[in-house]
Amino acid sequence: MMNRVDHAEASSKFIEAKDHADFHDKRLWDLRRKRDSESEALPEWETLRALASQIKEHTLTHLGDYLEEFERNATANGMVVHWARDAAEHNEIVHRILEAHGATILVKSKSMLTDECEMRPFLENRGVEIVETDLGERIQQLDDEPPSHIVVPAVHKLRGDVAEVFGRTLGTDPDNSDVPYLAESQRRHTRPTYLRAHAAMTGANFAIAETGTFVVCTNEGNADLGANLPPLHIASIGIEKLLPRIEHLGVFVRMLSRSALGSPITQITSHFRAPRPGTEMHVVLVDNGRSERLGMEDFWYSLKCIRCGACMNTCPVYRRSGGLSYGATYSGPIGVIIDPTFNLRKYSALPFASTLNGSCTSVCPVKIDIHEQIYKWREVIAQRHQLPMVKKEAMRVAGKVLASPKLYRAAVEAAAAGLEHLPRFLVYNPFNAWGRQREVPAAPAQTFRQWYVANRGGER
Amino acid sequence: MKVALFIPCYVDAFFPEVGIATLHLLERLGCEVDYPLDQTCCGQPMANSGCHDDARGAEALFAQNFAGYDRIVTPSGSCTHHVRDRMTSIEQTPEVQAVRRNVRELVEFLHDDLGVLHYPWASFPHKVGLHIGCSTLRALREAKASEIREPAFNKPARLLSAVKGLELVQPERPDECCGFGGTFSVFEEPVSAKMGRDKVEDHHRAGAQYIVSTDMSCVMHQQGCARRAGLPLRFLHIAQVLNGVSA
Repeated sequence: MMNRVDHAEASSKFIEAKDHADFHDKRLWDLRRKRDSESEALPEWETLRALASQIKEHTLTHLGDYLEEFERNATANGMVVHWARDAAEHNEIVHRILEAHGATILVKSKSMLTDECEMRPFLENRGVEIVETDLGERIQQLDDEPPSHIVVPAVHKLRGDVAEVFGRTLGTDPDNSDVPYLAESQRRHTRPTYLRAHAAMTGANFAIAETGTFVVCTNEGNADLGANLPPLHIASIGIEKLLPRIEHLGVFVRMLSRSALGSPITQITSHFRAPRPGTEMHVVLVDNGRSERLGMEDFWYSLKCIRCGACMNTCPVYRRSGGLSYGATYSGPIGVIIDPTFNLRKYSALPFASTLNGSCTSVCPVKIDIHEQIYKWREVIAQRHQLPMVKKEAMRVAGKVLASPKLYRAAVEAAAAGLEHLPRFLVYNPFNAWGRQREVPAAPAQTFRQWYVANRGGER
Repeated sequence: MKVALFIPCYVDAFFPEVGIATLHLLERLGCEVDYPLDQTCCGQPMANSGCHDDARGAEALFAQNFAGYDRIVTPSGSCTHHVRDRMTSIEQTPEVQAVRRNVRELVEFLHDDLGVLHYPWASFPHKVGLHIGCSTLRALREAKASEIREPAFNKPARLLSAVKGLELVQPERPDECCGFGGTFSVFEEPVSAKMGRDKVEDHHRAGAQYIVSTDMSCVMHQQGCARRAGLPLRFLHIAQVLNGVSA
C-alpha cells in the first residue's frame, strides 16, 4: 500500500526556504493580478465563463457521440486514431507506433497527460531518447523533477537554481544566472534535436469533433517546430478535451491564456488537421479513469477543466507550499479534487490542504465548483476511513461535547476559569501546533453565556 | 423585531465582548433578542472535516434551540454559511429548513433586513483594515470578490463608512484568505501560519492600526500571528465598532 502524501510536512520544508517561498508566492500572485486585469478588459467575462461551462457540460454528457464523431472526421482527414483505456495502454500504443517507425529520438512538447501516464520512464527504459522542448519542462527534465505547476513547470525555481541545473547538465557557467544567457544556452542545446528527431509528440488543449482537428496552444513555438520537422507526429489527448464544433473554440481560446498567464492569447495557437504529405499523424485518445470520474455524481464536474492553472495561481495554499508538496501529477485546487480518483489513500490528505476559501471556484474559467468538491471529498475520505486517527478521534470527541449543552459548558467554563490550555474540542488535536508560530488567545474572566446569565438572568 | 442570538462556541469562550456588543447593538436598533441558553455550536468543525456523523448531534441541537424564530442572528459568517448551505447531516424537516433559511450573519441582518446604514453613536478615529472572512465574502456574498467581474459592492465597508472618523486602508491583497480555515490552522500549521503572517503584514504595510472583521475565527488566528510577530495591530469585530466602542 502506498504511503499517504504528507502535504503539511512537505510545505514546511518549502516555507523554510524563505527566498524561494516568497518569490513563488509573488510570481504566482502576479499572474493572478494579470488575469484580473485581462478579465476586467472583457465586459462579457462572466458570460464567457457561463458559456464555457455549458459547452463543457453538454460535451461531457454526450461524450461518447462526440468522441466517435471526432474519430470519424480525424480518420477522414488522414490521421490514425487510437484508443487507450489506461496509462499502460497509452504507453504501449505510443511505444508500438515509435517501434513501427524505428523511431528512437522523440521531441516532446508539454503534456500533463503523458506525465499522468508516466510515459517518459516507460519509453526511456525501452531505448527511446526523449527531449522535452518546453523550457520549463526541459529544466525539470534535466533536474529529474516532475513539473510543479501545469502551466509554468519550473516556477518554484529561482534563476540561480536554473543556472545550477544547466551548469550540471549542459555544461554552462553555473554562476551565470542571466536569463537571456540561460534561455539561449538551452536553445542551442535543444534546437539540433529537432533535426535529429525521428518523431514528435504533443498534447492538445482542444479536440474538435466536427472537424476532426486538434488545437495546441503554446508560447515558445516548440510544439510547432517538433510537429513540422520529423515524419511522425503523435498527439496524446485526454477524452475530456473534446469540443463539439469549431465555433465553440473561440470561447475557450479567449479565456485560456487570460486565465493562465494574464495574456490575451498564447503566442501560437496551432490547428492540426492532417499529416503533411509523406508523414504520419497519430492521435491517442486516453481514458485513464476519466469515464469512471464521469460517472461520479459529485465529482464529474472536474472533467470540465481546461488546465489553465488559474486555480493554482490564486490558491493561497498552493502559492505557499509549491506544487511538489502535493506529491501528485496534478497539484493545487484542481489536483486536490482529481488526485483522489487515482488513489484515494495516497492522496487522502490533499483535500485537507485547503481553507475552503473558494477563490479557486471564482477564477475557474469553466466554473468548476472546486472548493465544494474539496468539501465533498473530505466526506468521502472520512467515510472510507482514511482520516488520520488523531483527527478522527478529535472530531468524535468534539461532536460529543458540542451535542451536549452540559459537556460544552463544562469545557468552555473551565477554559474561562483560567486553565492553561484551551479545551481540545475547540482547538483540535494536536493543539500544540497552534502555538508554534502564533500566540494563544487569552481566556477571558467569563464566557459570554456566564456574562449573560449574570446580567440578564435566565439560568434554569 | 424578535430575533434569536447565536453566539458561536469560540466567541462564547474567547471573545465574550463581541457577543455583548452584538446583543447591545441589536437591542439599540429596537430588536427584542432571545439568547437560547442551551446553544453550543452549528456543527461546522466536524462537517468541514468530513465527519458528518459527528456533526449530527450539534446540528440537531442547533435546530432545536433556534426553531420557530423569524431571524437567527450571529456575528459569524462561516457559521451562517454552514447552517444555511451545509447543515445536511440531520433530517431536513420543515422546521430545520426554516431554521436554515432564517439564519443571518450580523452585517446581512443590519444591511439587508433592517436596512440600517446610520450609526450616529459610533465614532472610531483610526485607520482600519477590513477583513471579511472567506465564507462571508464568497458564500454569503457580502462584498464583490476580486476574482468576479461585477459592479463593486461591500456591505461591511458600507456600514463602517457611517462610523465617524473611521478611515479604511487598502491592503495589497484585500481578499486573500488569512489561513485560519478551522482545523486547517493546526493540521496544516506551516502554511496556515505563513498565510496569517503575510495577511497581518499586508494590513500593517497599508497603515492599519486596527483590523476590523466580520469573523472572529479569522481574528483569533491573525491576532495570534500579529502578536508573535510583534506587530502593533489591534483587532475588533465589526459589531464592536458599530456599537460605538472607543479604542
